[in-house]
Amino acid sequence: MRKQLAAGPYLIWMIGFTVIPLILIVYYGLTDASGAFTLNNVLAIMQPTRMNALFRSLKLSLICTAICLLLAYPLAMILKKMSHGGRSGLLIFIFILPMWMNFLLRTMAWQVILSRTGLINTLLSVLGLPPAKLINTNGAIVFGMVYNYLPFMVLPLYNVMVKISDDVIEAAHDLGAGWLQTFVHIILPLSVPGIISGITMVFVPALTTFVISDVLGGGMILLIGNVIEQEFTFTANWNLGSGLSLILMIFILISMFLIAKYDKEGNGTAF
Amino acid sequence: MKNFLEKAYLAVIFIFLYLPIAALIVLSFNESKYMSTWGGFSLKWYEDLFSSQIIMSALQNTLIIALVSASIATLIGTAACLGISSMKKLPRTIVMGITNIPMLNADIVTGISLMLCFLAFGVTLSMKTVILAHITFNIPYVILSVMPRIKQLEPSTYEAALDLGASPAYAFVKVVLPDIMPGILSGFLLAFTMSLDDFIITHFTKGAGINTISTLVYSELRKGIKPTLYALSALVFTAVLILLVIMNLPKGKGKKQESLL
Repeated sequence: MRKQLAAGPYLIWMIGFTVIPLILIVYYGLTDASGAFTLNNVLAIMQPTRMNALFRSLKLSLICTAICLLLAYPLAMILKKMSHGGRSGLLIFIFILPMWMNFLLRTMAWQVILSRTGLINTLLSVLGLPPAKLINTNGAIVFGMVYNYLPFMVLPLYNVMVKISDDVIEAAHDLGAGWLQTFVHIILPLSVPGIISGITMVFVPALTTFVISDVLGGGMILLIGNVIEQEFTFTANWNLGSGLSLILMIFILISMFLIAKYDKEGNGTAF
Repeated sequence: MKNFLEKAYLAVIFIFLYLPIAALIVLSFNESKYMSTWGGFSLKWYEDLFSSQIIMSALQNTLIIALVSASIATLIGTAACLGISSMKKLPRTIVMGITNIPMLNADIVTGISLMLCFLAFGVTLSMKTVILAHITFNIPYVILSVMPRIKQLEPSTYEAALDLGASPAYAFVKVVLPDIMPGILSGFLLAFTMSLDDFIITHFTKGAGINTISTLVYSELRKGIKPTLYALSALVFTAVLILLVIMNLPKGKGKKQESLL
């Protein structure tokens, strides 16, 4: 019994700084400035600019998630194969290292590369080609998202892949399954928890970002994150900002539910 | 052939990940202000960096916040692990569920919720509120690092120490603590790096006039990039590289190296 008391400070901390703040968002989101109940802050999403921002966020984050999955799946398989040689530790280290560099500096790097007078356009002009409009486009934002969030897809996929026993794969081969059959019937189903964690770990930050769209979209392309951020930092309308955040929280809750359902061992949440 | 394709694929992703960083490092030594012209090798942006009062005070803030929040988070998190591990299944599941919230929640929601909480209770945003916020999102990372170590503990060694006359405190320091120390250390370093890297939560919980490296870069980016920031990136990258190498050095003999990554 006495030992359990050691968790006391933590519990108080989590209630004070995680549970109560979240309850406050719900409270502010569902009340107006006078404190009366209203759904207007949530329904404010119907306004065309905000609706556009939400749909653009959904579109770009889904594209980003799909690209990350397509890039990371073969990568995880190759890393699994290399793990036999004992070289995978260093390789994983190399692939994760950029993730630890400051997020804003990483995004800034892409601004340097994609901007109007940036590296790619400099290269194009050296080759005598006309400059391309790269920065301040949806494509630039997706690029920045993929760059920042790819490791979140690689890690959970790799974690489930290394747990798939080679015996299982060999057994499938022995029983006459070809490469494709083995992949579809063995590897793919066994990697589902990693796929689900990876998708949610990429989708949630991509959906809610306001930094990448600010830096690579030049402040002209609004995502739902930008809309919410502006409600808090510029107009200081807490009720409206909270109401719009509640809509984001619905997507986050769905993700948490999916992780809880498919990823019981916590491969995706654990680094 | 297949082997070659695999290596080529790794190489392409590798280039994708490192090209931007390499570009920043090269540009940080460029005498010219314009990235399209190479004006010769120069350290002037590094001189600018170290003589800039604003950047140096932001760096100082960043390090103080990371150090203080990681230390407090490590204390609270380690104690929490000891407590949680002796809980019954149901309360343990609930507590671990709450632990996951800050990690799965979007940073923007965490940041906004903390800001609302501070302001609603009349706390002025300052560096202290940033530290409180950082402790909050850091504790789960400490718990994640320490918990597996506690699960591996052999309860009989602690009991043996008690039987041999050690006080509970002495037995804890001499028997339990050395076993979970690697987890505590990696938890601390993980929390430290998470704190260094954070922008979004700091953005919402910081008071006016206080900057960390992240928030400073954000406000500078809106004005246009200065090469000083390239120099800063190069230094941050080097620092992170050193920190990660230390974190991933093999811990203990015979044990399989467990990396945080």
